[in-house]
Amino acid sequence: MGRVLAVIIWTLTLLSVLLFISKKWWFPAAISEHAPALDRQFMITLVVVGISFTAAQIGLGWMVWKYGDTGKAGDRAVYTHGSNRLEVLWTVITAVIFIVLAVMGQSVWASLRLNNAPPGSYSVEVVAQQFQWNFHYAGKDKVFGRTDPKLIDDGALNFIGIDESDPNAKDDAVTSALAIPVNRPVELRLRSKDVIHNFWVPQLRFKQDLVPGMEIKVHFTANKVGKYELACAELCGQLHFKMRAYMLVLPEDELQSLEALSQEQFVARMTELLNKYQLPTY
Amino acid sequence: MATMVTSTKTITKKTTGGGSKFPGPNGNGSKRNGNEYREPDRDANRYRIGMWVALASIAMMFTALSSAYIVRAGSSNDWQALSMPRLLILSTGLILVSSAAIETARRKLKATLSSEYSRWLLITAALGLAFLVSQFLAWRQLVRQGIYVSSNPHSSFFYLLTATHAVHLFGGLLALSFLWFRSRRPVHTKIETAKRQAGADAVTIYWHFMDALWIYLFLLLFLWR
Amino acid sequence: MSAVHEGVHRHPAPTGFIRKYIFSVDHKVIGIQYIILALAAVLVGMIMSLLMRLNLSWPGTSWKILETLFPTGAPGGVMTPEFYLSLVTMHGTIMVFFVLTTAPQGGFGNYFLPIQIGAEDMAFPVLNMMSFWVTFVGFIVILLAIVIEGNQTAGEWLSFLGPSFVGGSGTVGPIGGWTGYAPLSALGKVAGPGQGAGMNLWIISIAIFCVGSLLGALNFITTLLNMRTKGMSLMRMPLTCWAWFTTAVLALLSFPVLLGGGILLLLDRIAGTSFFIPGGLYVSGLLSGSNPNFPLHTGGSPILWQHLFWFFGHPEVYIAILPGMGATSHILATFARKPVFGYRAMVFAIFAIGLLGFFVWGHHMFISGMSPYSAVAFSILTLSIGVPSAVKTFNWLGTLWGARIRFTTAMLFALGFVSLFVAGGISGLILGQSSLDLAMHDTYIVTGHFHLVMGVASIFGMFAALYFWFPKMFGRYLGEGIGKFHFWVTFIGVYAIFMPMHVMGIAGMPRRYSQFTEYEFLKGLHPLVLFVSVAAIITISVQFLFYFNVIWSLFKGKKAGDNPWEATTLEWNTSSPPPHDNFAGILPTVYRGPYEFAVPGAPNDYMMQTDVGSEEISDNGHNGHKH
Repeated sequence: MGRVLAVIIWTLTLLSVLLFISKKWWFPAAISEHAPALDRQFMITLVVVGISFTAAQIGLGWMVWKYGDTGKAGDRAVYTHGSNRLEVLWTVITAVIFIVLAVMGQSVWASLRLNNAPPGSYSVEVVAQQFQWNFHYAGKDKVFGRTDPKLIDDGALNFIGIDESDPNAKDDAVTSALAIPVNRPVELRLRSKDVIHNFWVPQLRFKQDLVPGMEIKVHFTANKVGKYELACAELCGQLHFKMRAYMLVLPEDELQSLEALSQEQFVARMTELLNKYQLPTY
Repeated sequence: MATMVTSTKTITKKTTGGGSKFPGPNGNGSKRNGNEYREPDRDANRYRIGMWVALASIAMMFTALSSAYIVRAGSSNDWQALSMPRLLILSTGLILVSSAAIETARRKLKATLSSEYSRWLLITAALGLAFLVSQFLAWRQLVRQGIYVSSNPHSSFFYLLTATHAVHLFGGLLALSFLWFRSRRPVHTKIETAKRQAGADAVTIYWHFMDALWIYLFLLLFLWR
Repeated sequence: MSAVHEGVHRHPAPTGFIRKYIFSVDHKVIGIQYIILALAAVLVGMIMSLLMRLNLSWPGTSWKILETLFPTGAPGGVMTPEFYLSLVTMHGTIMVFFVLTTAPQGGFGNYFLPIQIGAEDMAFPVLNMMSFWVTFVGFIVILLAIVIEGNQTAGEWLSFLGPSFVGGSGTVGPIGGWTGYAPLSALGKVAGPGQGAGMNLWIISIAIFCVGSLLGALNFITTLLNMRTKGMSLMRMPLTCWAWFTTAVLALLSFPVLLGGGILLLLDRIAGTSFFIPGGLYVSGLLSGSNPNFPLHTGGSPILWQHLFWFFGHPEVYIAILPGMGATSHILATFARKPVFGYRAMVFAIFAIGLLGFFVWGHHMFISGMSPYSAVAFSILTLSIGVPSAVKTFNWLGTLWGARIRFTTAMLFALGFVSLFVAGGISGLILGQSSLDLAMHDTYIVTGHFHLVMGVASIFGMFAALYFWFPKMFGRYLGEGIGKFHFWVTFIGVYAIFMPMHVMGIAGMPRRYSQFTEYEFLKGLHPLVLFVSVAAIITISVQFLFYFNVIWSLFKGKKAGDNPWEATTLEWNTSSPPPHDNFAGILPTVYRGPYEFAVPGAPNDYMMQTDVGSEEISDNGHNGHKH
């Protein structure tokens, strides 16, 4: 019985490890500046996890393989209550490994979250709602027009309540797709109209909740041109699974010319760009 | 300390298999048993211990509500603290005196003056009831001024915290009634005496806690703001 | 018949069916009642998970049974997205509360804590009875949520209480997940179907559950502190008792916070307060305050709900696992015929897990919008909690080293616990790092992680406990043959279900999606989705064999004596099942530690805690012994 259990434990362990090593289902190719550091930290952690997992299962299997009841009369187990020396040893080793991992695991976080977006970042205001995304572009003047919840009218397509009387709003545009420059820091100002949503593009290795009542500023830098799917990653209601938008990472000149356009032209040009760029192959 | 031991002696088992012979519940040849370990006082202590444990959980709930209060006060600029209804000074006085009353009751019982114990229990209950009435009047006063639970975050917390406290105090009143009814019966055995004292001690601890909690809430609502 | 000793025998044996089996104050009956409740709840939860898997694997399929039972939620038999989300919510709620927080603690703990410490009952038997019946009422209320939201006619039953109590949306309850994040959970029906009566009843059910749990915790702590028999020092207690004690302390300090948060949420919903709802919201075409369906709210903080919920929620998961750890240590030692390796370290590890468990709740909220600096602190603390868990694993392996293992079904499940706890816990190293959470939050790697630890390891702890203690509770073995088959299929099955979820999460599969059809990057994962569902169907099916085994064994199981496993702790000193006052009037005296197996020089390979013995008294090896 012990041997059967050992073999099954080892087989399950092997299959599990193979599942990960094969990378048949894995992260999509990354497109952000911080992604290599994140992926590296992930791999280091995964190696520690994998070794610990495998070692423990091998150890468990070994114990049940070797130490079955022999059935012989008078054959007893080893009488021991433990070993303080071992306790100290494995506690210290585990603590060191885990704490080192933990501290290493802060560096990407610190680089993204413990500082503000650098000057010269490209800013977009993101306003989420049940069940669509709204992206607000400041236009050439780089100043966002005033918005007011009282002015919101979904029926009249003023999704985020732009105050048309504000001169800064004249060159603004609001669309349902996100366009950002390649190789330039991007600052997102995240807001929500109703419930909590979450901005997520898997290739960016980047997520943030959008909380109603708060404006949350985050930043990252994308470094590969293309079109990518944006998914909501915080349960927001029945159509949470369908809250898709597209993110376009554009060459700087394409983005500049887009920015200069008025609302209707902006939307039309977005549609053209969304057709021009293709999603990555998976 | 403990080290690895490998047994090399061959042992002859006196019994084989499971579920058959084993030493009786008293151990081999011992006439002493666990029953004598349980004396009346130690047994009755469970009411005191239980009360402290219960107070820990009640304290946690009010801690959670307090932290919600503090966070909410800072989370936006719609916080408009109520001015303190004067009735609450009466409430505070009543509950302080009631604490003194129940402490007196407890000590009377310790001095085996059981009829005085009963009487002071009643006095405490009356004061507790008066406290609840004063609370209710204070709420009514606020409602007349147009201040409801949803008017303002501070008023929301005011109603919530005082109501939650009042519910727990009412529970204390029920406990007092229970003690009073019990006090009408005479005690005969050591265990009954111990239990009665433990019950009085436990309810007294609870009552003092309600008093201290009231003072704390009062300060939180009207001093910290 | 019992020797009535002053202060010992507090209540005579009950007569009559109602006092004996329904409103009983006997901790043994109450323990069994909790276990029965858990067995019923887990059935409901499993069926819900089966329905979820069917929807994810074959979306758009028409299921006849759904059409009959839930015509609004599944028109034409096809599940609506809100129906799916209500399954997600109720599955989580029922499993976490009514299964994982009942059977391990209220079930086995209630039954065996008093016996293992040598007491004749809990400190407060009447309170004990109340804690079960309060919990039971909580369960009825959550079932009511299913009916009131699921059925159009029933949906009107509570409408007299107010507009937020109207149901009939067709779902099986609220749709906000067991975590019920505000404002989705606070806004009422304007935010979505199922968020009316269902959500109110959900909150009320949980609040009632909190009270029941607190009453139980109070009893456990007081009993353990006050009623240990002569010779039963704290360091001679079985590890099961340490686990139940720590779990009770965690419950005592965390459930009140959930209760507080739940009251605030309910007030936001029915009293127009704004604890969690900020101003300026525009929901379903309505601006806050513009319409009676959507009253004015200002200034509340959604993150405040998360803090309150997770301050409870994290200790809750340790409440779910610690009793299983205690049972595993206990059962491993018994069938390894060896003392627990590192008993003292195990006690410290239980404490450390319990204590640290209160300081890590923010790891559920790294990207919530809370201060990123606190995220750093929470992250480092979270990885620290892995240390005591690792220590426990090493000690379990140490217990098996040099053993003479008897592979009973209980032992198999205990060994399975070790394997699964490692598998599930180790991914915590990934999820606990704030940087990695940027990619992993709300993906299936989280689902795989918590199911392996809570939904599997914890359950294996319960299975192990039931196979182990069934003979003591009922005087008959729980069928070992079927039991072993149950173990093999379940053990392999749960690996097959939950291991793939980790890579699904790495590939980007989000949680709480009713379908994966809308995104290109998810399409390649469909083979894994199907594989998981097939494994789930097989594993769920074999659980029905378990139910059959339980019922059959109650009547036809092989009879068991007082100590069928040759175990050492106090429950094996008394009859199977024990008499009403556990020890037939004479409380035991304890002379040695709980795991004195393979003691050199002893006549048997086990010494009961009550054995005086002729050789030196052994006390967990601390008084020295010949070698």
